[in-house]
Amino acid sequence: MTQPSAVGVLAPKNPLARLGAATIRGISELGGLALFTVFGLRHIFSLPLQIKKIVQQVYFIGVKSIFVIALIGLFTGMVLGLQGYYTLVKFGSEGLLGAAVALSIIRELGPVLTAIMITGRAGSSMAAEIGIMRISEQIDALTTMDIDPMRYLIAPRLAAAIISFPLLTAIFDVIGILGGYLTGVIMLGINPGVYFQRIDASVVLADVSGGFVKSLVFALLVAAVCCYQGYFAHMRPGGFGAKGVSLATTSAVVVSCVSILAADYALTTFLL
Amino acid sequence: MKKYTIETAVGIFVLAGLLCVTYLTVKLGKMEIFGGDDYHVYARFNDVTGLGTGAFVEMAGVRVGKVASIGLAPDDNIAVVELRIQKDVRLTDDAIVSIKTSGLIGDKYVKISPGGSGVFVQPGGMLVETESSVDLTDLIGKYVFGGVK
Repeated sequence: MTQPSAVGVLAPKNPLARLGAATIRGISELGGLALFTVFGLRHIFSLPLQIKKIVQQVYFIGVKSIFVIALIGLFTGMVLGLQGYYTLVKFGSEGLLGAAVALSIIRELGPVLTAIMITGRAGSSMAAEIGIMRISEQIDALTTMDIDPMRYLIAPRLAAAIISFPLLTAIFDVIGILGGYLTGVIMLGINPGVYFQRIDASVVLADVSGGFVKSLVFALLVAAVCCYQGYFAHMRPGGFGAKGVSLATTSAVVVSCVSILAADYALTTFLL
Repeated sequence: MKKYTIETAVGIFVLAGLLCVTYLTVKLGKMEIFGGDDYHVYARFNDVTGLGTGAFVEMAGVRVGKVASIGLAPDDNIAVVELRIQKDVRLTDDAIVSIKTSGLIGDKYVKISPGGSGVFVQPGGMLVETESSVDLTDLIGKYVFGGVK
């Protein structure tokens, strides 16, 4: 009878046992992540409120991402305008370009691309920062000083992500629609009135609110996954110390991106 | 050398974000912050095939409202359509309400042709002069199988 703690550390010889061990490890990771998220969310509202720390994190996650989000949004809108125009012009319905660009950006591309972009920019550094705090024993020092690291480190980041993601998504959406306007109207000569009137006629509130629901879910996913990976960087089977931090950062980005796209599919089936 | 504080930058960011959110929800999503600038009237149709809630209501090609809901009258199984019309548009009780298709394969919309009786319909009132939606396949069937005289 092996000890439960030995699961995953000692790889069993028997392939069935190996499959079982991998399953148990996966499930316990999921459970750990869920509990981690719940505790983090609970500490957002624990008194006294950490407004200053949340503002600092919003600055880091949100304000510093504006430029990159605007750039990506602009190019996404422009390429959608270009592609959409050449598809629609075959049917003589290039007037629909505005609706095509606006709907695809508001419903799908805005939330997803924003989330993936912030994962690369802010999520990776969150994981690395917390991971280095972990391996240089700063988190243990916080515990020794009776400061709850969940409250001090994790909660502000979760709160800042929940504030920043929808706002950045909105900025992305608006700039993306303007990007479509640039290619469709200014370069290819669609009537500007038709472009905006079609957007106005086709976008309904359900599209917009669905996009924001998505961005809120992605915010929680990205912040929770990245903080979790960094927070437990010392417990990775693949290595410890600097190696553990590098592995944690890598898997934070990979797991975040995969879960963003998986969650996007699941949410889309619910929202449609 | 930083000329601004973190708080100012965050303030500007949140403001810009909220402006974009407002534009998306209010302008594009047509969220009604100040409701009550429209009224509801009902119209009875034999057939509303293809009409959906949210379809536009037009008079002389100008958009004056939307279809709020579509239901079946329990007593005689006739379709009852609830129309949400802008306050400043007055309809007479003999206005003709018809279901039209934009283009050959476009969406269905509701067209109102003004009447001339001078008696205005009250909010919650019923319009009885209606034309049901025309089914293109039925028309083709009539033509092919000699229903057309």
